[in-house]
Amino acid sequence: MKVIIIDDEVLARGIVKEYLKSYSEADLKAECNDGFEGIKAIQEYKPDLIFLDIQMPKINGFEMLELIENPPAVIFTTAFDEFAIKAFESNAVDYLLKPFSKERFDKAIQKYFHYSSDASTNTQQVLEAAAQSPIQQNRVVVKDGNKIKIIPVSKIFYLEAADDYVKIVTENGVFLKKRTMGFFEESLSRYHFVRVHRSYIANTQLITRIDPYEKDSHLLLLSTGAKIPVSKTGYSKLKEVLGI
Amino acid sequence: MNEFHAITDSLVGNILLALCSFFISNNMKYYLPRKEKYWYILVVSLMVSFLWMLAQHAALWVLFKEGDSYFSVIHNSWGIRFGAGFLLISSMSMFSLLWYSQQEQKQVASRKTETERLSKEAELFKLRQQLQPHFLFNSLNSISALTSSDPEKARHMIQQLSDFLRGTLRKNEQQWNTLEEELNYLRLYLDIEKVRFGHRLKTEIIYNDEALALKIPALLLQPVVENAIKFGLYDTTGEVLIKLEAKKEFNYLKVMVQNPFDPETSQPLKGTGFGLSSIQRRLFLLFARHDLISTKKDEDLFITMVLIPQVPVNEKI
Repeated sequence: MKVIIIDDEVLARGIVKEYLKSYSEADLKAECNDGFEGIKAIQEYKPDLIFLDIQMPKINGFEMLELIENPPAVIFTTAFDEFAIKAFESNAVDYLLKPFSKERFDKAIQKYFHYSSDASTNTQQVLEAAAQSPIQQNRVVVKDGNKIKIIPVSKIFYLEAADDYVKIVTENGVFLKKRTMGFFEESLSRYHFVRVHRSYIANTQLITRIDPYEKDSHLLLLSTGAKIPVSKTGYSKLKEVLGI
Repeated sequence: MNEFHAITDSLVGNILLALCSFFISNNMKYYLPRKEKYWYILVVSLMVSFLWMLAQHAALWVLFKEGDSYFSVIHNSWGIRFGAGFLLISSMSMFSLLWYSQQEQKQVASRKTETERLSKEAELFKLRQQLQPHFLFNSLNSISALTSSDPEKARHMIQQLSDFLRGTLRKNEQQWNTLEEELNYLRLYLDIEKVRFGHRLKTEIIYNDEALALKIPALLLQPVVENAIKFGLYDTTGEVLIKLEAKKEFNYLKVMVQNPFDPETSQPLKGTGFGLSSIQRRLFLLFARHDLISTKKDEDLFITMVLIPQVPVNEKI
């Protein structure tokens, strides 16, 4: 069992390391200080299980997971209260509230051993659920080649579906992210983004005009010059959000 | 004979009138009309005046013999008697009404200031006491880790955390600290944070000696620094230097707290963020000013500036 610990506090990693000693099958591959190191280590070692802190420098635990193609099984270790992580407790292997006891830790490991379902799908579900969590910040983290970029939502113009990916059109260029449109519709809804079409999510704060177009559809004009098709249902959602 | 009659008449009339006034005034003490005050006064005064007339009449009837020639005098003066009595009684009720309404208003006002004072005190206490649970639980987690690896250090950290918590729980007695006391408390907090974040967190505190004796609301700086640490540590990955500078400027204690941030990824702050808005609220409650805390960005540095007016002791709350 290959394990990686990702936490920005040395002492917090120390506890997990110490508790892990009683499991001879556990092979600790790496300890990471932040999400960037975490991504590298996960790509390198392909671990079975990671211990992941949520609040970390630059990118948080969720944002790190979003950037990984086939995420491993996750046990969250966090000081956030139960309320804040309720949203995804059913999907993660487990979550440990700091400070936690050895007994509680053993329980989490047992849960992992009996964890039959596919880790990757489950972790995907954790992310979908976490999109709603109050912990999330007003930004989107993307991979640009080997670099990781953090884009504030205010700099996003619109998003467009592209097969398994979503194309994110921003002030600083176009980025692809392997997520569903539903994921972004959910996570961006509180920042004035509306899914105006099956394949488009628009930043409503940039709208300059809405024109009728063909029979039931409309065309959205953004201040950036972009034109976005609006479906019938998209139009009624848009009207609701804009209050027109 | 006539002198006797006149004196008796006026005595009876005036004593009864005094009783009526006393009755009216006493009545107003327990019941103050809210609406239609003036109608009430008019009706009550008319009624009391009328009763007064009746009583006066009855009393004189008993005192004087029937067929007394003085009755003709009485009969001729009904109108003027009633007029005079009504005037006196109505002005008495008017006066009582004004007097008691004013008393009542005074009471309401003093109750209101008392309630306001209490709620202000409670709010100030709460603001002073505000502690991030995140900080507490993460510190406990560090202690938990140290208990096996370095028990001595664990004990030391428990000591520091206890001293820190004791400071936040202290009520009323110390609303104001000197900068020196405040800095000592701050060092306690920074030491705990340094155990958590290790070599990543560096701090620098600069002050001149004349500033040390200046007054500052208790525990005001810790949340400012906490905010700077959070901002600095979670916005960058490298080493973080938190710099605090305190000096006397005119009649103010000026404190600047500086932390690094990433201007590319950081959102323009909405308002001043939770940590700082509670400090702004506290400063407003204490000094009735909104301009005592400000923030600015200087390339990759974020600077929070707090001004504390040095008011004479007796003007403090």
